[in-house]
Amino acid sequence: MSHHKIETKSLGYSYPDGHVAIKNISFSIHHGESVGIIGANGAGKSTLLMLLMGILFPNQGEILVGDVHVTKNTLSMIRQRLGMVFQDPDDQLFMTTIYDDVAFGPRNYRLDENEVEQRVMNALETVGISHLKERAPFKLSGGEKRAAAIAAVLSMEPDVLIMDEPTAALDPKSRRRLINLLKGFEHTKIITSHDLDMVLEVCKRIIVIKDGEIAADGNGEDILTNADLLDACGLEIPLALQNCPVCGVNKDKERWVK
Amino acid sequence: MHMADALISPIVGGTMWAATSGVMAYSIKKVQHDMDDNKIPLMGVMGAFVFAAQMINFSIPGTGSSGHLAGGMLLAILLGPYAGFLTMASVLLIQALFFADGGLLAYGCNVFNLGFFSCFVAYPMIDKWFIRDEMTSKRIFAASMVSSVVALQIGAFSVVLQTFLSGKTELPFGTFALFMQPIHLGIGVVEGLVTAAVVTYVWKARPEIIEKSIHGQELNGHSMKKVITTLAIVAVIVGSVFSWFASASPDGLEWSMLKTAGETELETPDGIHKTLSQIQTKVSFLPDYEFKNHESDEAVPTEAGEPWPAVSAGTSISGIIGGLITLLSAVFTGFMISIAKRRKKRIIV
Amino acid sequence: MNSMANFSNTLYNMGVMNDLARKDTPIHRIHPLAKVLTTFVYLLILVSFDRYEISGLLPLIFYPLLVFLFAELPAGPILKRILFVEPFIIGIGILNPFFDQEIVIIGGIALSRGWITFFSIFIKSGLAVTAGLLLMATTGMDKLAAALRLLKIPRLFVLQLLLTYRYISLLMEEVARTIRAYSLRAPTHKGVHRSAWGSLAGQLLLRTLDRAQRIYQAMCLRGFTGEYHTGEDAHMQWRDFIYVISWSIFFVIIRLYNIPMVIGALLMGVIR
Repeated sequence: MSHHKIETKSLGYSYPDGHVAIKNISFSIHHGESVGIIGANGAGKSTLLMLLMGILFPNQGEILVGDVHVTKNTLSMIRQRLGMVFQDPDDQLFMTTIYDDVAFGPRNYRLDENEVEQRVMNALETVGISHLKERAPFKLSGGEKRAAAIAAVLSMEPDVLIMDEPTAALDPKSRRRLINLLKGFEHTKIITSHDLDMVLEVCKRIIVIKDGEIAADGNGEDILTNADLLDACGLEIPLALQNCPVCGVNKDKERWVK
Repeated sequence: MHMADALISPIVGGTMWAATSGVMAYSIKKVQHDMDDNKIPLMGVMGAFVFAAQMINFSIPGTGSSGHLAGGMLLAILLGPYAGFLTMASVLLIQALFFADGGLLAYGCNVFNLGFFSCFVAYPMIDKWFIRDEMTSKRIFAASMVSSVVALQIGAFSVVLQTFLSGKTELPFGTFALFMQPIHLGIGVVEGLVTAAVVTYVWKARPEIIEKSIHGQELNGHSMKKVITTLAIVAVIVGSVFSWFASASPDGLEWSMLKTAGETELETPDGIHKTLSQIQTKVSFLPDYEFKNHESDEAVPTEAGEPWPAVSAGTSISGIIGGLITLLSAVFTGFMISIAKRRKKRIIV
Repeated sequence: MNSMANFSNTLYNMGVMNDLARKDTPIHRIHPLAKVLTTFVYLLILVSFDRYEISGLLPLIFYPLLVFLFAELPAGPILKRILFVEPFIIGIGILNPFFDQEIVIIGGIALSRGWITFFSIFIKSGLAVTAGLLLMATTGMDKLAAALRLLKIPRLFVLQLLLTYRYISLLMEEVARTIRAYSLRAPTHKGVHRSAWGSLAGQLLLRTLDRAQRIYQAMCLRGFTGEYHTGEDAHMQWRDFIYVISWSIFFVIIRLYNIPMVIGALLMGVIR
């Protein structure tokens, strides 16, 4: 299914103040892949996501979604296929009730109200919060808000899910629920995060970004066990792969990686 | 400065609703036509910001007290007059709905007093006289100060005028004005100081925000400006004449106001009302019960033997008895309903 | 004024109203537009009463009373709000007895007319505030927005209003955090010191502008193009019309006939 492919070709972007955020990034993500994008603060992860979504436009290079270039004219079509979940769900849940918020996208694409309702209910059931549909966003817990923000994107029925720090500010139980949810999705997934344990579980492939450039691109386990690479990029080996600080038992890298 | 429903008459409330709706409709049209669509979330969130910023206490140097921001001028400066006005209107609507801060009938008055004057009278002054050609901290300070004071003075005067025209209180016009204007001079100065501080900070940190909003949103050509400037000048002249008149000869003002507004009210009872009450006594078995229409001296105790006061005493007693019965039956109804509800619940349980 | 108490009070109030509006009672099920219209007729009738009127106003208490009971609302939060607003009215109205000292006799008690106008304003404001709060406590912001749309209020304004409502609590918490951080490092200050006026409020403002930008992006990513689409709003049913009309008739009758006076006169006639 080549039309689900996302491709960037020697992408470059610098902000109006001259700060160069992205330098020469090229990659290709295929249908059904789940890709983690990791890197230190300020490495350029968020800028990269904004370029993919067409919030920013590159100074050089190009982005292809399927066979379509991301330009001002194709935005409407592109954005129906890519769904982005923001880091702060409060930025994304702007309507007064959860139902209206999840319905916001489908209604903007002028679907008829029956179809809208069906999509909203499907999305809410998928993330397990259909009982909250009449609630106001400010009355929800952090985990519920995150679920609602994901539902708001799912109701658009995108092919690709793009998430910025999906586990930020979640308590351990909510985080676990989210990870299980993400593992269940069959969408193509692009996730940026500092939560490397989550990335390890959810993403088969990892792209490491350092100073706006790709430092590594490859198999998740290979990258997350490469201490030197991670250290050079301002990261560290996920806790799940580190030796136990209490009992000192050596984690068997091979066994974890299978 | 929020007007309450209890203080206005339907005519004043209705007139101000009409005026406010007109300005709102015009502003919405302008916003839809002139501005990029990112204005809408900006307006919404800025409205919430004003709400939140009103909670900050700013200690006023040298006084030991503190004041807070009302935010009308800030909205006008950051969003331009049309979007600023609409944002203020929604802030006031939420205050009225959730906190009963300003009534629903008085909503038109409040939007006008707090929104219209800052956005369409004071803002053009900043735009034109202070910041248009060149921006400096001093100019921002002067612009914020003058516009805030002007907006609040006209707003306060408008409150006095609306209260007076509604005739629900006994406050003499002059006294009320002399009470309101100085207080709002103080409030205006604080508003100006805080607005200047915030705008200057934002201008230094991110100059493009202030410059864009000042230069990007001209009022609709010269016609609108002319209309508004004329309105402002007339309002200021009328206001100062009234206040001068009020302070110079309060009795005279009272008298003249009575002549224009009060006398007709006083005259009707003798003419129209008598006929009305005659008709009423014919068609119904009720005695005339309205004590307010008698000259009050008729109700003075010395004349207790006269037929008028006898009726007056009778009606006032029947009013009290009837009032008590009304209240008692309200209480009784309340009890019956809650008992019935409780029974029903018990049956269900 | 203690600003911290103020924050939690405001947030609490909005939360309470929001929760109350989610109840399911006969009153809550009435179409929002019907409730808006009824409230306005009520307020219009209420303020149209003469400033000397007291007894004629009293039957108007039945409207808030019945709504209150059938909507199964708790008395506390509503009464608290009324008590909060009344002092302002008392402040303005209390001067009436000083300005109008003409004496009238009511039931053998001599009163200055100023007291009559004062009580009249007092009762009116209590009833007006209650009616407004009951509207919100039985309707809620989202349904009110639907009513506004049926009244042909432009969508731009409605969307903007909803956004303001949505972000009040969030920004208030942000302001509360900032103030808390400030006062922890400046425990002796009563309010924010002049030197920090611009930077404290200004930074909050800049953060707010950034947030507005992100919200705008989130809207665009879901197909927002400046038009705000809503689902079809249910129109009023016959029972909603009956609700508005019967209340209106009741209010108009109260306005035309001083019912307590009628009852009192009848009773007096019987006694005589």
